[in-house]
Amino acid sequence: MSAAPESRAWPAEGITRVPYWVYQDEDIYAREQERIYRGATWNFLGLEAELPDPGDFKTTFVGEMPVVVSRDLQGALRCFENRCAHRGALLCLKGRGNTKEITCIYHNWTYDLEGNLTGVAFRRGVRGLGGMPEDARPESEAPRKLRVATFCGLMFATLSEATPSIEQYIGPEVAAKIRRVMKEPVKLLGGYSQALPSNWKLYFENVKDTYHASLLHLFFSTFRLNRLEQKGGVIVGGEGGSHVSFTMMKTDLAGDEYERAGMRSVSGGYRLEAPQMLESVDEFGDGVTLQILTVFPGFVLQQIMNCLAVRQVLPKGVAGTELVWTAFGYVSDDERMAELRLKQSNLVGPAGYISLEDGAATGFVQRGVAGASARASVVEMGGRGVESNESRVTETSVRGLWQQYRRHMGL
Amino acid sequence: MDVELQLTVENLLSRYVHAIDDDRLQDWPGFFTEKGRYRITTAENYERGLPLSIIYADSRAMLHDRVSALRHANIYEAQRYRHIVSSTLVERIDAHSARATSNFQVVRIMHTGESMLFASGRYLDRIRMNGDGGEPQFEERVVILDSRSVDTLLAIPL
Repeated sequence: MSAAPESRAWPAEGITRVPYWVYQDEDIYAREQERIYRGATWNFLGLEAELPDPGDFKTTFVGEMPVVVSRDLQGALRCFENRCAHRGALLCLKGRGNTKEITCIYHNWTYDLEGNLTGVAFRRGVRGLGGMPEDARPESEAPRKLRVATFCGLMFATLSEATPSIEQYIGPEVAAKIRRVMKEPVKLLGGYSQALPSNWKLYFENVKDTYHASLLHLFFSTFRLNRLEQKGGVIVGGEGGSHVSFTMMKTDLAGDEYERAGMRSVSGGYRLEAPQMLESVDEFGDGVTLQILTVFPGFVLQQIMNCLAVRQVLPKGVAGTELVWTAFGYVSDDERMAELRLKQSNLVGPAGYISLEDGAATGFVQRGVAGASARASVVEMGGRGVESNESRVTETSVRGLWQQYRRHMGL
Repeated sequence: MDVELQLTVENLLSRYVHAIDDDRLQDWPGFFTEKGRYRITTAENYERGLPLSIIYADSRAMLHDRVSALRHANIYEAQRYRHIVSSTLVERIDAHSARATSNFQVVRIMHTGESMLFASGRYLDRIRMNGDGGEPQFEERVVILDSRSVDTLLAIPL
């Protein structure tokens, strides 16, 4: 199922329609790698706290491109392609570690932690025989270096010189909400990955879709954690692909919109035997119990009560996505707070009370549209534009994603 | 080797997986003591000493909540598991408790007919030999997944 991107025309309605070929087409996927991931975007790499010491490194991806992220011996963060200059083998095979130099296992070429080629085995041959010509310049094929930016302890990288500063890219209003959560030194609690059976954009839309949260995730609604009548809002920032949505739980008006509409989301009488899990602490002092934030093309920051995590959305082929979850608390957490965060982590991840459905729902779309590449989804909740909104019965941030996506893709 | 202890523990492990695979989730919390702990984590987190779990419960009540949510709140496609448990090593701690380590594999069978190796790993158990009604029960069951990645979602417990 593929056609030249040039022959793909976006529906005339614009960002209120998303053509299904965008989740299916191999050529579109290839163009995304070039124009989005290797283009003028900031790609999330992880938390700075993962690399506390000089010599620390981790391997991850920018789109499909494997990269090494390191803290060099002077303490600066670096990111470079995980590809040997010689034959293109992976330089770093481990997920993480600490080292002074990196050696390609194939032919023992060595690199420093900035990604510079520092040694070619037998470059001058052995006893005057073999070796490279005097004028050989293998450095010309050295791994590409990415620009690294950190913002509030979050690491991002870009291959493009044209990408604006990270704060400008995220937008001031959304950046302020990152500062809100990343307010002090963080402590890693752990992580895991979720393999999603869907195109990366279906998951990224899902995170931005404030409309679905209380309709698909019954756990929320039953305990009135995110009833749409609660006070909250959506802010869209940057080029449209950044967003933050938030809810203030204690402002629940106990309305009956769900009951009157007879929706599946509400069933009476369901109570927890161990409700301590939901006894959250207002650690930000603003009453916001839930904040979900995204930055195009693959960053999610989550505060669900006291459960804090970042998620990295990695494309794995047209119909696959790896969702890398990293949970954190603060260095200042006492034992009780640490325990509360671990308990509330039951809400998220592949077994999360309020996130379990997302893995399946995006797959249902991928499967549902298999015979409908020429058709389109309807994204008109909350109007047709991209603007911040006090209501969360809106798809404004989903439209924002498509606005930025189309600009980068030239679609 | 304490043959009776070995057989008693293996019988508990077998009854546990049959209850899950037969979709008798309502029986699942009863395999734990009232303050029983259950968690699923990855080998990576475990080896790095990081405390995050995929599922975390520190009481039987929390396990009841997990079952209620699966039955009444969470939405997922119909699926079943088939657990294979083997290589159980048992070690007595004292007169009333024992430690056990086992390997497991879980095949997930979707309603569409797709079967896949969904999970492999270890069970690290601490068992009270004379729990409710004199039956052995888990004081703690730590499920350590070999892989850091879970396919799609993990609804039914392991």
